[in-house]
This record gives sequence, C-alpha cells and structure tokens, in this order.
Amino acid sequence: MKKLTNPGKISIIAVIVLLVSLWFFPMWRIDLRAPQYPGGLSMKIWINDVKGDVDIINGLNHYIGMSTIHKKDFPEFVFLPTTMMVFMILGLVVLVLNRKIGYYLWTGVFTFIAIFSFYDFYKWEYNYGHNLDPAAPIKVPGMSYQPPLFGYKKLLNFEVLSQPDVAGWCYICAGVILVSAVIYEWKKSVTK
Amino acid sequence: MKKTLITLCTVAAVATIHSCKMKTADSAVSGDAASKVYVAPGKYDEFYNFVSGGFSGNVTVYGLPSGRLLKTIPVFSVFPENGYGYSEETKAMLNTTNGKVDWDDQHHLELSQTNGKHDGRWLFANANNTPRVARIDLTNFRTQEILQIPNSAGNHSSPFCTENTEYIVAGTRFSVPMGDADVPISSFKKNFKSTASFISVDKNTGRMKIAFQIVLPGMNLDLSHAGKGPSHDWFFFSCYNTEQAYTMLEVNASQKDKDFIVAVNWKKAEEYAKSGKGHTLPASYAHNTFDENTQKASTVMEKDVLVLDPKDCPDMVYMIPCPKSPHGADVDPTGEYIVGSGKLAALIPVFSFDKIQAAIKNKTFEGDFYGIPVIKYEAALHGEVKKPGLGPLHTEFDGKGNAYTSMFLSSEVVKWRISDLQVLDRAPTYYSVGHIMIPGGDTREPYGKYLVAYNKITKDRYLPTGPELCQSAQLYDITGDKMQLLLDFPTTGEPHYGQGLPASMIKDKQVKFFDINKNHNEFVSMGEKNTKVVRNGNRVDVYMTAIRSHLTPDNIEGVFVGDDVYFHVTNLEQDWDIPHGFAVKNSSSVDLLIMPGETQTIKFTPVKQGIYPFYCTDFCSALHQEMSGYLRVSAKGANVPLKFGSGVTAPETAAK
Repeated sequence: MKKLTNPGKISIIAVIVLLVSLWFFPMWRIDLRAPQYPGGLSMKIWINDVKGDVDIINGLNHYIGMSTIHKKDFPEFVFLPTTMMVFMILGLVVLVLNRKIGYYLWTGVFTFIAIFSFYDFYKWEYNYGHNLDPAAPIKVPGMSYQPPLFGYKKLLNFEVLSQPDVAGWCYICAGVILVSAVIYEWKKSVTK
Repeated sequence: MKKTLITLCTVAAVATIHSCKMKTADSAVSGDAASKVYVAPGKYDEFYNFVSGGFSGNVTVYGLPSGRLLKTIPVFSVFPENGYGYSEETKAMLNTTNGKVDWDDQHHLELSQTNGKHDGRWLFANANNTPRVARIDLTNFRTQEILQIPNSAGNHSSPFCTENTEYIVAGTRFSVPMGDADVPISSFKKNFKSTASFISVDKNTGRMKIAFQIVLPGMNLDLSHAGKGPSHDWFFFSCYNTEQAYTMLEVNASQKDKDFIVAVNWKKAEEYAKSGKGHTLPASYAHNTFDENTQKASTVMEKDVLVLDPKDCPDMVYMIPCPKSPHGADVDPTGEYIVGSGKLAALIPVFSFDKIQAAIKNKTFEGDFYGIPVIKYEAALHGEVKKPGLGPLHTEFDGKGNAYTSMFLSSEVVKWRISDLQVLDRAPTYYSVGHIMIPGGDTREPYGKYLVAYNKITKDRYLPTGPELCQSAQLYDITGDKMQLLLDFPTTGEPHYGQGLPASMIKDKQVKFFDINKNHNEFVSMGEKNTKVVRNGNRVDVYMTAIRSHLTPDNIEGVFVGDDVYFHVTNLEQDWDIPHGFAVKNSSSVDLLIMPGETQTIKFTPVKQGIYPFYCTDFCSALHQEMSGYLRVSAKGANVPLKFGSGVTAPETAAK
C-alpha cells in the first residue's frame, strides 16, 4: 500500500481547518432586493441554523402562500453538522493510517456529501417555491417562487441572488484541495 | 422730437427711481440659490432643524438645506395622527396639577450639550402657558419626560442649558405670587415674584428634577442663555417690566430707559442649595415620565421645591442695566460677550464677562434693585452696536467672530463684528423676523454654514389660504461676506426658536423598531395564540395583535352598551417602517398608530348597540383594506355570550 506524500498530509490538515469555518461563518446566502426594501433582505444559511431577515421574509411570503421558514423544520441542521464532524474525524484517521487509498475514499465521501447536500438544498428550494397554500391571497398563474440554487433570478418584484458565503467558499476550497491532492497523489504513484 | 425724448427720459428716470426706492421681495434671490438647496431624490439633508411649534404645542423637524418637513413630534398637545395623549399609554404625559392639559404654547428648544457642544442625546422643549419642560429622546424622536414648573407663569426663558447640561432653566415671564395665594392684583410689588428654576438633568438617564428656584422681584423674565468657557458658572436672563406694571403694560412697562440682564452665578447657587441656605416651600407639580420598558407614562406629584432668596445668598445674583426692554440675552462662542437686545432700543449693547467680573470685584455698582446689586452700565459694557436697525430681538453666532441679530421692526437680519461692533451686512426677511438660528449658533462651536430666520408674517410669500396663513422660515447661506437668501419654507404653528445639528450626529442612532421581546407592556399579546377578550364587570379588555394583514381576534361579540372596552393592540411586526393603525367606528377618542414591537391601548365606550367595524388606518400592505374586523355591541342586559375569534367561521346556529 502506497503512503501519502507530504503535500498530501498537509492537505488533510488544510481541509479540516477550512471545514472548521462551517461553525463560525454562514455557508450560503440568499439576498433579496425590492423597491420597498432599499437596504435589501438577506437570509444566511449556517450549518446548523438559518439567520438574517428570516422573520421579515416569512412575513412577506404569506401573500403568495409560501410556507414560513423555521429552524426547527430542518433535520439538516442536526445531521449535517454530525456528518461533517464524522468526515473531519475520518480525515484524521486517513492521516494516521497514511495510505493513498484512504485519501481517495475520503475524497469520495466528500464528493458524495457535497452532491447530496446540493440535491437536498435544491429539493428544499423546489418544495418551498412550489408547495403554495391554495388559499393564498395572491396567485400568479404559472408562477412558482423557487429561489435560484446558485446565481440570480427575478421573482415578481424581488431580485434574488443566491451564492456561497464565507464558510461556503471555504468548503469549495476544501473540495478543490481534495481533488487537486487526489490528482497529485495519483500522478506521484504512477511516476514512481 | 426733442420734447418726446425729454418726456421719455423723464419717464425712464422716474421709473428707475421708483424701482430703486421700492424694492420688492421677489427679486431677492440670486442665481445659484436653487442648486444650493436642492437635495436630489434619494439624498439626505445635511442638517436636522428642530423648530418650536408655537401654539401647536408640537415640535417640528425639517431637513436643511431643503426645508422639507420630516416629522412632527407631539410634546405638549394631543396629536390625533398617532394617538399621543389619547392612548392609555401616553395620557399621563399631559398630566398637571390642573388635570390633563392637552394644549400648550411651545416656544424654545435646546439640544443637550457636553463641553459646550451638541452631544446629540436629547432635545428639551418649554411650554409657556402651563409652565412645563419636556425632554425628547433623539434616538426615537419621542417625548420621554415632562416636568411641570411651580411658582411660574409664562415659562418663557426656557429651556436653555449649561455647557454640560448640568441644568436646564425655566424663567417666569409673568410674575405671580408664590404658591396659590389669593391677593389683590394691585399688591403686585409686594406679593408678585418672578422665579428662575434650575432643573438638574441626570447625566445618564436625562431624568429631570427641579434642583432649586431662585426667587426674584416681580418683573418679566424674558429670555436667557448660559455662559460658556470663562463664564461657565453663570446664567444670563433678560428681563423687562422692571417698572413692575400690572396693567396696560404696553405703555406702563416701557417707561424706563433701561431694564436688566440678570446674571446668576449658578455654581454659587448650587453651593448655597447644598449648604442649606434655601427654604423648602410646599409646592405641587406634576412629573411625568415615559417608561420604555413598560411602554407607559406615569405621573408623580411632587410635594415641595427648594427656594433660594438672593438676600440670603450674597454674590449669587447681579443686575446689569440694559436698554430698553431687552428680549434676547445671547452669549458668544468664546463665552466672553453677552449680547442684550433691547427690543425698543436703537442700539445693541454688548457686555464683557471680564468687565462684569471686574465690576463685581471692585463693587462698581450704581445701587440695588430689591437688594440685588446693580452693576454700572458702562463698567459692564464692551460697547454698543450703533444703528443696527429697528427692534433687535435675538443674536446667534457663526464662530468666526461675527454676530447676527434679528430685527423685528425693520424685518431684517444684521451681521456685525463682535470685536469692533461694526455692521458688516444686512439682509431683508419676509416678514417680521423673531428668532434666528445658526446650527450650533448658541454653542462653543457653531457650524456656521446656514442661518434660518423664523418669521411671524408671510403675506404674499405663498399661495394665499384664506385669512389664516402659515408661518415661515427662511434659509440664508452665511459662508461668504454677504448673506445670501436661499429658500423660504412654510412652518407649523408659530415657530419661535430652533436648533440645528449635523444629520450625521444622530441619523445612525435612530431606532428602527422596538424589540418585541423587550415589550413589557402589561397588556401585550405575545403572539396571536395569546390574544383574548376578558370581561371584568363592565370593563372589557381586548388583547389584540396586528400583523400584515390581519387583526386577531377580528370577531368580537358579547360587548354591551356602556361597557368600557380597552383595545390593547400589539404590533407583531419586526421590520422598519411597518406601523399599523387601529380605529373603531365612531371611536369616541382617536385612532392609534402602533410601531413594530409596541403595544398601545385605546379606550372605547359604545353608547349605541350595533356592529362596529374596526380596521388598520395606516396603509400597511397590499391587503391593508382587508385588515379589519367587527365588534358586536348589544343592548345592556342582552343575552349574548362573550365570544371572540379569528379565522373561525361561526356555526350557523350562533348567528341568531
């Protein structure tokens, strides 16, 4: 079994450090802007919470029959931190075992978590935007209010921008490091 | 031909002479004035201008240089627009020893100071008619406290403050007997007194308290200002009617060539008060405070007041002769010069603080007034501004060694230099100017950019509106050698004095909404689930909530004619600028305007049976028109059970 290179080992530490940021900064932000909200509204999604102008957004959503957002409705806020914690511990295990194969598997787990999280986020946005109260005061034919997964979208009078926040960028950075390290380790083992 | 030419020349000459002599008001503005006052949409004004509301009893807030009205702050008068003085929470703010007094005459304003400069914390306002002093918080632009002043009538020389807001003063315009004595008016000289009250202000909370009253001979105290810098320990009051007339004052109080500036050493007075030189006299006066926590105003009736008599307190009060019926008493930014404005005098006397001190030291007195030493006029005088105009009233300063005095009779503002007393410039006002205001112009550091003249008469300035016309303010640019008129703007009530400070000092401190978690109003409904209707005898308490776009409960039955129904409406919103209104059909008092996170209560006593719709009065959302409900009022003794709800359709059987 091939051992990890030094850069490979360092990358494990770097990835763990980057992921620690998830507990200190928001992962994702959805910004809304409308004429009557000159300062804009912002919803910040953390690994274990949703913060920002959630109450105000909830207040607005009742016109179009969207369900209100409450922290307690998200099982993700429990299992995502747990998953990430386990993932970071696995990183330490990979470091101790010091085997390339471990690193490849670890990256695989990361990729799986990332894809699953995005899928879960999309699904939540889809439900949130499509499952409207049939008794809603305002109904626009053919209109759904699904926020963009990533990027800009116009929803009625609101402009909506969805993008990673600080911890999200750290997470993406961790992903880039992992993939780069896998390639690096792979090449090293082939040339040797 | 020649004849025609001569005739034409004559006509031209006469026309020219005519236009020179009779200058009209509309030609007074020069080219770039518009650009100097234009505040583009989306941009903010540079200064807040707080203007006294005169007989409206309110304070109004304008932006400068645009002159746009930003807010009316109700202080001494009930205000239907937002329920001030009508709601159960605010009623007590207007309590006095004469019951609830719903109106007053609001003359002067003063911003709190630290080290002689604005600190952007509080705005103080006086009530002239029922003597009171109010404190307004500059984070929420609301009246927080009102203190009644005993032994006073016409609280005119008020509410000016010392350099660190140690004290706010309240000086009597009309002399009256101490207490409630019943005496003949003709016993004026013997029984009538004027008082100068010193109200201490708590450094942290702003809470006011009458620390002591100085009792002075019967006369009319008019205006005042505190010393600064070297004259920090002193307060200067102007007075008139030292003739002590009590009838036909127009003539009888205008006989003497000189009245006085009353110089009070408040530090000495403070020492005397502490060392027990004063007498505690029984007095009764209301002290009203608004508790942010419980969101409720309450009244405490104070029992006595500490009075200092100059007879017992040497070196506390001196008189400085001042021609003739002085109105303004204004202290320049250095604190060295005190400008008296004899409203009937043809000159402006300027006194020197150094010279006053020297005269006191050397006892250069010309006698006494009821035992109070009168300093020799010449000994106190820095000099006189000769021929400044007619009817000097008030003086403000630009911080560059210049003074600006309003001239009531000649309707102009005159700029003069303090050092050599030379008149530098004059600008017409439209018309009959009272106070003038330079932002910071009565502090140690005037901002010196604009001057606002508050005018009494506005005929021909705006579109006519029947016999009753608005009052007016005029804005001048004072950055150059010549004053430049920039703008006229209408004002509410009769504006007397104003205060101005840079917007940047307070704009970011503004409260945007009240945190509902800190709402400790005893009738708050924390969420719609906690709404209810409770009957206790003939009192019915409705605990209601308002949120876009419904009221909960919105159906109430089982209320009877003659019940006292208290609607306690909590605005559940937690967003800036989302108040909700609340009114009931045929409401006997007024509506409410409830800020986000706040609870307000209105009392409604139905006199007839019927269905009474209630609704939100402030267009809050796309579904504002739907934000309503029904109160059913039944005849007394009817068999209708108490019932309330929201979103529940009543069973058919219950419908009769």
